[in-house]
Amino acid sequence: MARHVIAPVDELPPGTRKFLTIDERPIAIFNINGEFFGLLNRCPHQGAALCEGPLIGLAQSSDPGEIEYTRLGEILRCPWHGWEFDIRTGQSYCDPKKFRTRAYPVNVEPGASVVKGPYVAETLAVSVESDYVVVDL
Amino acid sequence: MNVQFRDRPEPASPASVKTAIADCDIHPARATKDELYPFLAGRWHAHLETYGVHAYQGMMEGPPYPKTQPNASRRDAWPPEGGQQGSSLSFMQKQHLDPNHVALGVLNPLGATGQGMRNHDLSAALATAINDWQIEKWTSKDSRLKASVVVANEDGMAAAAEIRRRAGDRNFVQVLLLSRNVEPLGQRRYWPIYQAAEEAGLPVGVHAFGFGGNPITASGWPSYYIEEMVGHSQCQQTALASLVLEGVFERHPKLKMIMIEAGFGWAPSLSWRLDKVFEKLHGEVPHLKRKPSEYIRDHIFWTTQPMEDPERRDHLFDVIDWIGWDKLLFATDYPHWDYDEPSRVLPAGVSDANREAFYLTNALKLYGLA
Repeated sequence: MARHVIAPVDELPPGTRKFLTIDERPIAIFNINGEFFGLLNRCPHQGAALCEGPLIGLAQSSDPGEIEYTRLGEILRCPWHGWEFDIRTGQSYCDPKKFRTRAYPVNVEPGASVVKGPYVAETLAVSVESDYVVVDL
Repeated sequence: MNVQFRDRPEPASPASVKTAIADCDIHPARATKDELYPFLAGRWHAHLETYGVHAYQGMMEGPPYPKTQPNASRRDAWPPEGGQQGSSLSFMQKQHLDPNHVALGVLNPLGATGQGMRNHDLSAALATAINDWQIEKWTSKDSRLKASVVVANEDGMAAAAEIRRRAGDRNFVQVLLLSRNVEPLGQRRYWPIYQAAEEAGLPVGVHAFGFGGNPITASGWPSYYIEEMVGHSQCQQTALASLVLEGVFERHPKLKMIMIEAGFGWAPSLSWRLDKVFEKLHGEVPHLKRKPSEYIRDHIFWTTQPMEDPERRDHLFDVIDWIGWDKLLFATDYPHWDYDEPSRVLPAGVSDANREAFYLTNALKLYGLA
């Protein structure tokens, strides 16, 4: 696994994202409240530049009329068709083959407890080393 | 290390189909609010600035339902020079026409084009202006692009006059109507439109949306955008049943129509229902000489965006087999958010002949460009 130094941390303050190409692969690195995440910049649905989409929260409902909006800034929404992905895991939140309103558990933790769709965006491990953002690829 | 940075992300570069395609639903936009003014008489500048537009329904400037993306458009479709998505020819060429090998792009202007306005003189003036604007800004600059004749849809005589003005002008390949009008589209106030279109040899496209003042559903205004998205097919079914039952196709045997952006999976079931009741009630509509399904199969074409996406592709193919592979026209809906990426939209298992018809030749034939 090759390590690529992306940028000094100062150049990627919280709330920003950086687009780059590594080994001809389009990548985006996000700083969300001091945590860094990397995603392949291509939506597994129809190929849009996924990482150009807005970061939103997760609207969930345990019962009709009960809506919770959690994990603000941790869900990436595709700039074309609005598919939502967990920026921590790349896991899709929707399954277009059975597209319907679904109830999710409130207070979902990232990863295993999330209802998984069939598509998973490619995520990259990102770490901070001596004030540099480094991506493992 | 082979890391390259870019400040502003490049637009998505699609894998794309490798052969030429027709895109039968592209939405050109105005970069500024007054972009139509050079094509409007001074009398209408003053009118618009003093009185504005009086539409059959509110929310003409802002959509009646909140959209999922800004201007209901792809977030990567903002032109670099500014202006709304779809307002820059050079960016449209770079982002869509060139990489996707679009050989024919049919323009369908939406929003304050003159359709759905109570002042019919203003409606006609705006429609003429938007047609002149399509030539000036789009079709004269890129021969791949063809325009739709936008008409004052609620004023059949004015609409027919505009169609006759454009007849024979190969900048135009169809007449454009919207699905939500004051009355169902087969009603006789719209008949002069079909007469003129048939004479001009232009098919009539019926695009989802419109400003006729009626709710998107048959029982009122729903709560959510998602209901509007599926409501377009209900609306289109009403339009199609009306066109058939009022005898538009009996009266105009050469007329072709295109159902744009409302799906097509419902076509068989609507036809079956119509045929079933027609067996019992044909005495009410004795002007019809054939079964409703026969008019639909002979006269109606369908654009593909949005395509229904059943779990089993066999089900999709069954529907298309009923409609006919020669009746589908590929469309992306660029630059709107529900855009279909050409290389991803058609499931595997389609013959080369049907594939070529789907992506290109059906459209070339229908629009007389083959």
